[in-house]
Order: sequence, then structure tokens, then C-alpha cells
Amino acid sequence: MVPLHYYLVLSAILFACGVTGFLIKRNIITIFMSIELMLNAVNLSFVAFAAHWHVLSGQVFVFFVMVVAAAETAVGLAIIIAVYRTRETLNVDQVNLLKL
Amino acid sequence: MLHLILFSVFAVIAVAGALNLLIQRHPISSALSLIVVMGSLAVEYLLLGAEFVAAIQVIIYAGAIMVLFVFVIMLLNAGVEARTKGSKVALILGFPAMLAGGLLVAWVLVRAPNVGSVNVGAMYGPPKAIGWLLFHDFLLPFEVTSVLVLIAILGSVVLASPVRSRFSRPQPEAEPHPAFKVAASGEETISARRSS
Repeated sequence: MVPLHYYLVLSAILFACGVTGFLIKRNIITIFMSIELMLNAVNLSFVAFAAHWHVLSGQVFVFFVMVVAAAETAVGLAIIIAVYRTRETLNVDQVNLLKL
Repeated sequence: MLHLILFSVFAVIAVAGALNLLIQRHPISSALSLIVVMGSLAVEYLLLGAEFVAAIQVIIYAGAIMVLFVFVIMLLNAGVEARTKGSKVALILGFPAMLAGGLLVAWVLVRAPNVGSVNVGAMYGPPKAIGWLLFHDFLLPFEVTSVLVLIAILGSVVLASPVRSRFSRPQPEAEPHPAFKVAASGEETISARRSS
């Protein structure tokens, strides 16, 4: 028996790591990976609550989160490639205009 | 007791991988540590009895999404992250923000009433039950998801295609606009424009 708290604390730590990476990283790909880390942390708490209350809907939501994350990654990486083609940099400090 | 030990081991691995993601400067190292985090999270899902979620965690996240990341890193030849003035400011502000956020969440969790513990090892969450739920209660979101994936495929193909679209900068060899030509060619053109 593992207390539910432990899972939630682990999820919170991972989410905080993701937020920190989003704030301190300057490479746009690493920022994207931090977003994935945050989504994973939320998935963990979904599964923990689903197991705790014996409701399978939480796991179905994890499935939807994964699908949305996959779509987001595909579009986001395509945008990164487009930005890199015009700017030739991956540093977000140098990408400070909305237009390409 | 065995579950607690397994949970602790893989929780430590996951947190270490997440911290390594923050510390590493090269994107490929960050990507590999993110794979470590996802693998250990799959083990945590298995401990929670979510075998289907653990399987798709490995297949989709570690298999598909991270391969896409590594592919893009190699395609763009991403090097070590450059340090700028803004990154130092972010470093100074980021860690206190993380500490504050973590403390806030920990405080809420500690102050919460006893939420009980997870009955581990019951193997709750077989693929059959999830499939039944997915195609009965969540049928409409599931179909909407398929449309979303289709749009994402089309969008990524359009965005990443090498053909210059109308959103991108005009090509340098293209004929410049007459207004730019006037501004570029100096005094006599401007005087000629005034006289005309």
C-alpha cells in the first residue's frame, strides 16, 4: 500500500521541474520537452486518482492527454523547423518578433 | 512493502531524470533524460495497475514523441545552449519560482484531509474495460480526437514543407517593392520623385 500522497508529491515535483525548465531554458526544443514533462506529471496524478477511486475515466483521460500531446508535438516541432529556416537560431531570446 | 520500495526507487529515478533535464545544456542529453523519466513513469503506472496506460506510455511517449524530438534535434543540428543576459535573469527568477510552487503544492497536500492510500497490485485497468469506456462513454471525444490528429498532420506538413508559403519572408532574389527601391537608391531618386 503506497499512500496517495506520495504519488501526488512525485507528480508535483515533476511538474515543478517542468515549470522550471520552461522558465530557465533558452533552447526552444528543451522548452518543448519541459512542456512534455509537465503533461507527464499531470498524467501521473490522473492515474493515481483513477486507481484510488476505482474509476477508469482517469485512464481514458490520460489517453486523450497523450493524443493531444502527440498532436502538439508534431505541430510544434514543425513550427520550430519553420522558425529555424528563417532565423537560423533555436535561442528564444533571438526570436522576439511575431512575424517570421 | 515491496510496492513502496519499487515506488521509491522509480520515483527517485524519475526526479533525477527531471533534474538532469534541467542541468544538461545540450538538447540531446535533455531528451535522453526525459526518456528516463517517461520509462520510470511507465513503471509507476504499472504499480498503479494501469497496464494499458503503461503500455501506451512506452509506445507513444518514449517511442513516438521522443523519436520525433531526437529526429528534430539531429535535423537542426542543435548545439549547446547559448547563455545570454535573459537566461541569467530566468535562472535567478526560475529556481525561487519553482521552490515557491513546490512548497505551495506540498503545503496543500499536507494540509489536505486523509485521502487514503492506493491499493497497489490489484491490476485495475485492463485494456478491455478501457476500450469499452472509450467506445461507449467517450465516443464523441474519441472521434473529435481523430479529427484533431488529422488536422495536426496536415498542419505539420504545411508548416515544415520547404516550399516558401505566403507566411514566410519574401525571397531575397525576388523583385523588391518599388517603395523599397526608392528608399534604397539615395538622394537623386527622392529628388526625382519630388519633381515628378
